Amino acid sequence: MIRKTVSNVTEALSGTKDNMTLMLGGFGLCGIPENAIAELVKQNIKDLTCISNNAGVDDFGLGLLLQKKQIKKMVSSYVGENDEFERQMLSGELDVELIPQGTLAERCRAAQGGFPAFYTPAGYGTEVAEGKETREFNGKMYVLEHAFKADFAFVKAWKGDEAGNLIFKGTARNFNPCMCGAAKITVAEVEELVPAGTLDPNQIHIPGIFVQRIFQGERYEKRIEQRTVRTR
Amino acid sequence: MLDKNGIAKRIAKELKDKYFVNLGIGIPTLVANYIPEGIEVEFQSENGVLGMGPFPYEGEEDADIINAGKQTITTMPGASFFDSATSFNMIRGQHVDLTILGAMEVSEDGDIANWKIPGKMVKGMGGAMDLVASAENIIVAMMHTNKAGKSKLLKKCSLPLTGVQCVKRVVTNLALLEITDKGFKLLERAPGVSLEDIKKATEGTLIIEGDIPEMILQ
Repeated sequence: MIRKTVSNVTEALSGTKDNMTLMLGGFGLCGIPENAIAELVKQNIKDLTCISNNAGVDDFGLGLLLQKKQIKKMVSSYVGENDEFERQMLSGELDVELIPQGTLAERCRAAQGGFPAFYTPAGYGTEVAEGKETREFNGKMYVLEHAFKADFAFVKAWKGDEAGNLIFKGTARNFNPCMCGAAKITVAEVEELVPAGTLDPNQIHIPGIFVQRIFQGERYEKRIEQRTVRTR
Repeated sequence: MLDKNGIAKRIAKELKDKYFVNLGIGIPTLVANYIPEGIEVEFQSENGVLGMGPFPYEGEEDADIINAGKQTITTMPGASFFDSATSFNMIRGQHVDLTILGAMEVSEDGDIANWKIPGKMVKGMGGAMDLVASAENIIVAMMHTNKAGKSKLLKKCSLPLTGVQCVKRVVTNLALLEITDKGFKLLERAPGVSLEDIKKATEGTLIIEGDIPEMILQ
């Protein structure tokens, strides 16, 4: 067994520097690496390029990094829930690259799997395809999209073991598995870290080979963005 | 004239047995409340769930189980969770049968714009560009005119496009229309809405052939 455990979030973030490109898992506030984000805020690492489906809300998730102007560029598919984000983008303070959600996921997975690029129909005929190579396959047009290059991937799983094997829960899975192994260093934070041999190998979602560091998050707020219920 | 729930009710009649359906944010989400009796459908949400159920009872919300609109949801028997890349394989690979989404503009060629107003509002396309580029059957749910009273059914879209020549049908508060080679073909009028009302609210080419029936909503 190759151990991937680090003792705390500070050790997990060792090597992160200004100007780096980071991948961060999560969809909305669901399945985000809360502890890694808090530590990035604490260490005040700046001029970051962040690849993440969303940008959090004003006072949680990546919104915390935006508040402190630590992000230079966001690469996302949807940013509708964050006023500070919209303000920084429209004023030109923040560079933003908006990417179709499936393309975002696939650009992560291409990096994980060693594909330099791939063709997708998403965005053909729109400004997303401007300046990009296009090609016809079987009578339909496709756009060439490239694998991401990132320094760190911060992902969040439900359970993990010392070997870095991960199990996700519910829709908190989202982009997290796609980002594992898609950056030079993948840091996984989990709600519950267990000894190797505890998790059933049949139930592992992401094998530990894609993870370089793993730690148990100190606490999880798991904030709900849109609490919707029905009456009994 | 239909309200949002009325639009959702009419669209629900387009659901067929064994359909996998992706519902966009807003009016499309309401379609799940009006599934016709006696058919099996499953709802896919692109954040990674197939077999979405209704909203949870109060006190049973789970922060780890949400839909693409970030709302807390439940799952139905037979449901599954998966990662984002797998989710878009379902969409791009045309395993999802029907996509229902909102729009700011639709053109008579079936182009759709729904993600950006330059200089004003940029929410991002989310999964919409992947959905419209791949889905075989796309129905748009929207109001016929915008808040300023201008038509949203146009000859050409004025806003940045989400996808080209992809929309098949549009259901608005006034009408059900089909996109054809020649323009918007009027299929049904909303209850109490006249042909004149629809003509006035439609900037794009409107095709009216024969008697246009009024919608029947169950």
